[in-house]
Amino acid sequence: MLTIKNLTVAYDDTPVFTDVAVNFNAGKITGIIGPNGAGKSTMIKAILGLIKSQTGVVKYNDQSIKSVQKQIAYVEQRKDLDLSFPINVFDLVLTGTYGKLGLFKSPGKAERAASQAALAKVSLTEFSKRQIGNLSGGQLQRVFVARAIVQEAEIIILDEPFVGIDLQSETAIMKILKQWRDAGKTIIVVHHDLNKVSRYFDDLVVMNHGIIDFGPVADVYNAHNIEQAFSADLSSVLFTAKEGAQ
Amino acid sequence: MASLSEFFSALGRYDFLQSALITAIMVGMMSGIIGSFIILRGMSLMGDAISHAVLPGVAVAYMFGFNILIGASLFGILAALLIGFVAAHSKIKTDTSIGVVFSAFYALGFILISMAESSTNLHHILFGNILAVNDSDIMTTAVVLGIVILFVTFFYKELLVTSFDETYAKTYGLKVQLLHYALMLVLTLVTVSALQTVGIILVVAMLITPAATAFLWTDKLSTMLILAATFGVVSSITGLYFSYTFNWASGPAIVIVAALLFAISFIFSPKQAVFHFHNKPTKQEVD
Repeated sequence: MLTIKNLTVAYDDTPVFTDVAVNFNAGKITGIIGPNGAGKSTMIKAILGLIKSQTGVVKYNDQSIKSVQKQIAYVEQRKDLDLSFPINVFDLVLTGTYGKLGLFKSPGKAERAASQAALAKVSLTEFSKRQIGNLSGGQLQRVFVARAIVQEAEIIILDEPFVGIDLQSETAIMKILKQWRDAGKTIIVVHHDLNKVSRYFDDLVVMNHGIIDFGPVADVYNAHNIEQAFSADLSSVLFTAKEGAQ
Repeated sequence: MASLSEFFSALGRYDFLQSALITAIMVGMMSGIIGSFIILRGMSLMGDAISHAVLPGVAVAYMFGFNILIGASLFGILAALLIGFVAAHSKIKTDTSIGVVFSAFYALGFILISMAESSTNLHHILFGNILAVNDSDIMTTAVVLGIVILFVTFFYKELLVTSFDETYAKTYGLKVQLLHYALMLVLTLVTVSALQTVGIILVVAMLITPAATAFLWTDKLSTMLILAATFGVVSSITGLYFSYTFNWASGPAIVIVAALLFAISFIFSPKQAVFHFHNKPTKQEVD
């Protein structure tokens, strides 16, 4: 279990959230939802140690997160990447092996085979020699998921993985997430599309500058919490429509 | 061409020309290799800044008679640290911070040099004087080339991953900052070597132009490094030939050749395909 206790992050003395406490269970796909600027990405970046937190303890099975850093894979939002970089699909996936290889070791046969297998899992084998700028958004996202597969991590964190991608890619990625879950890994997904919440996630964290609620989707995904995090309007649209359909 | 055979016979006869050629080849290689990482990391301006910021180090080394590599490295790294510090501890953006720091260092360098040496030397530092390299210069350049090759060989995958996706490298615990400053240190060493051939003003051209040319021809980093080194070497040798034959300053001669290679590539390379001689994969193929 990944536990977070009294986590506070502030940019220029303006706190994004204070004293956040939340748990992520192994063997579950946990969605994090909340409006723009709610602190979803900030929270996962703090967990990853990419940004400094003012206070807080993050532990994985009672070990400090720093000591299990190589057990975490992160699929970031793709917008900041240089897509003209001279690297092809296969070599990008291969970078997933770098963390565990350590310094001064080059990827060998085992690493190359693992990368090839990961590419097959996301159905991109035929694209392995292609420069990454010549892929569709969905294909590129699958490449990054393949890199996460190669990392053989216990915790996988994805930031808005389904934004701007085709349905085929979304389904393929969801399949991988479920395989990870069934292997007992901890999967955390920052997400914005409320429609698919109950279909995609086992657990849910609802955020808006702090945690509104967290727990199994059935308990947490309700009119009250959505009203708290988003708005009464959105909540009534989502939940009265649902009841009407039943 | 008569002048071409003349150049080769002169090459056989004059030691200074041989020394110049060897130095030019080595500098072409190292600047192409390091320059590739500089442009891929979007640090062209930083490369320019560091290459200028070493000037006070060069001056101090002249004044006190120690190896200019030491003086230049000291000031190059100091400038890199200062640029990082100012950007991190204020709301000023990095490019502005670069502008402030490097111009200050450059100015300080001019003042120190005018205190220390005659204007002839300043001219050589600014525009390069490859025909005047001596044996110890060659040795120094060879050592720097060795450092560059070792650095890139041992840290190839780290340089690749931090250039492409720094965030990912951080998540698995790579010391990204340390690698950045190591690259800056190697960059200052390359700068000092290139100073002899093209001069301080044009070092940035040797770093960026052959690398940018190589970028137009390939989609693979290792190939890009080899091509950049090759373009650097070809520019250096051809430039040296023009410099010797027409009595041009070596720096401008080399840089003009590099720019010509870029211009040709810009028109004909597959990535650019200004005239569409090559077929780019079409959108239909991609989807």
